[in-house]
Amino acid sequence: MGMIPARFDYKQAGSVAEALQLLASCDDAKLLAGGHSLVPLMKLRLVSPSTLIDISGIAELQEITDTGPVLRIGALTRHRVVERSKVVAQHVPLLAHVAALVGDPQVRNRGTIGGSLVHGDPAADLPSVALATGATMVVTGAGGERRVAAGDFFVDFLETAVGPDEILTAIEFPKRTGAGFGYEKFVRRSMDYAIVGVAVQAGDQPGIALVNMGSAPRRADAASRALASGAGVDAVAALAADGTNPPEDLNANADYRRHLASVLTKRALLAAGYR
Amino acid sequence: MSTIETHTTHVTVTVNGRQVSDEVEPRTLLVHFLREQARLTGTHVGCDSSNCGACTVLIDNEAAKSCTVLAVQANGHKVTTVEGVGNGSGGFSPVQEGFRQEHGLQCGYCTPGMIMASTALLVENPKPNEHEIREALEGNLCRCTGYETIVRAVQWASTNGGAGEWA
Ligand SMILES: Cc1cc2nc3c(=O)[nH]c(=O)nc-3n(C[C@H](O)[C@H](O)[C@H](O)COP(=O)(O)OP(=O)(O)OC[C@H]3O[C@@H](n4cnc5c(N)ncnc54)[C@H](O)[C@@H]3O)c2cc1C
Ligand code: FES
Ligand code: FES
Repeated sequence: MGMIPARFDYKQAGSVAEALQLLASCDDAKLLAGGHSLVPLMKLRLVSPSTLIDISGIAELQEITDTGPVLRIGALTRHRVVERSKVVAQHVPLLAHVAALVGDPQVRNRGTIGGSLVHGDPAADLPSVALATGATMVVTGAGGERRVAAGDFFVDFLETAVGPDEILTAIEFPKRTGAGFGYEKFVRRSMDYAIVGVAVQAGDQPGIALVNMGSAPRRADAASRALASGAGVDAVAALAADGTNPPEDLNANADYRRHLASVLTKRALLAAGYR
Repeated sequence: MSTIETHTTHVTVTVNGRQVSDEVEPRTLLVHFLREQARLTGTHVGCDSSNCGACTVLIDNEAAKSCTVLAVQANGHKVTTVEGVGNGSGGFSPVQEGFRQEHGLQCGYCTPGMIMASTALLVENPKPNEHEIREALEGNLCRCTGYETIVRAVQWASTNGGAGEWA
């Protein structure tokens, strides 16, 4: 009959307050957003929470708001909505572009930006956008909201700064209206996760971030600094893999990943308008 | 491992216009709800791991892989399966007819999912170009056809009625 998750209790939260209350009152509970990372893991029984708290119906977490300097995106906004949003395309074009490259249409119809970030998968696409653009995560707990810079958010493999009793409620992207950007995702089949990916955000606060080049999503610090100080494309690309510890698997060994990181960084820089 | 008492949940899904209700365990996947509770076996389980798209159905007119959605997540929503897209009098939808005309299937295992993903595309974009068709079907794998005839099937449908009357 196929793979099914272990038994769990199901609860629905209608608001952030209710979700926080449920998190505090259930041992070993997990939040369910789009379920497109969590349900596969539960089917493989790599994760078996006692309770799932379904937050997908919380309307207040599905809004995209233009607050002036930043675009605030509710954590439950689905990839497909981000991909098609006119305000996102106008003010954070890198995000709209990359959201359209996540998985396949079915995955993008269900998966959410918040789920993708909190899952903390180094091979996921959107964490690199948060890192390259210098986004800020809005995390809500019993004590209220706190803000975490993207650079401090991704802690380790599948581990982020969101605590067990907290919820990521929104992501604030500084506007990058009119600035160049580039994203290079190296895959063997179109719907796969990146073997290596590179995101470049141009503008006055440029950033470069890497996909699948270590145990957590990370910024390419040396390359980002070189870019900010005006180094040329080749010099910046040569620094892309500096300080990384890339994984090894059937697709690529560490050296090949480092090589890819440089090549893809150069392509992404060229796409972003650097010469 | 898990010795906790868990409860069943009441789930009501409007499947192809008909309300299907049952008490199910929360861990019940939508694909199993459709095949076992609604008794609609047109939706196939292929990989069972969200990769192949054989289980694709529409939830509120958007394509989704029903092996990766819990039945409770579809509670209160509208689901359309391959049984639901015909012309209402037992005939094929343009997409189904396109697969017949252009030989868009061989073994047929992937076909229900292909038809649903193609239908979702034509709902939104009645005149897709070849690139858009291939992008829309990137989450659906076919081990038989090599995809050429599937692309032609969708092109056939796009010039012969689109997504169909059901929508
Ligand atoms: C076939 C397939 C292909 C894919 N390909 C790609 C790809 O190419 N690139 C890519 O980046 N991703 C890919 N994904 C993953 C996809 O983007 C997921 O949607 C995403 O990683 C998780 O989002 P979700 O809303 O589904 O989260 P869920 O699966 O619901 O949750 C994931 C985790 O985050 C927690 N969580 C969710 N929301 C919150 C919140 N607001 N606050 C606190 N915790 C929360 C959950 O408890 C869980 O631990 C793919 C998935 C599939 C099934
Ligand atoms: S059976 Fe659902 S994607 Fe393969
Ligand atoms: S027709 Fe056999 S898998 Fe597609």
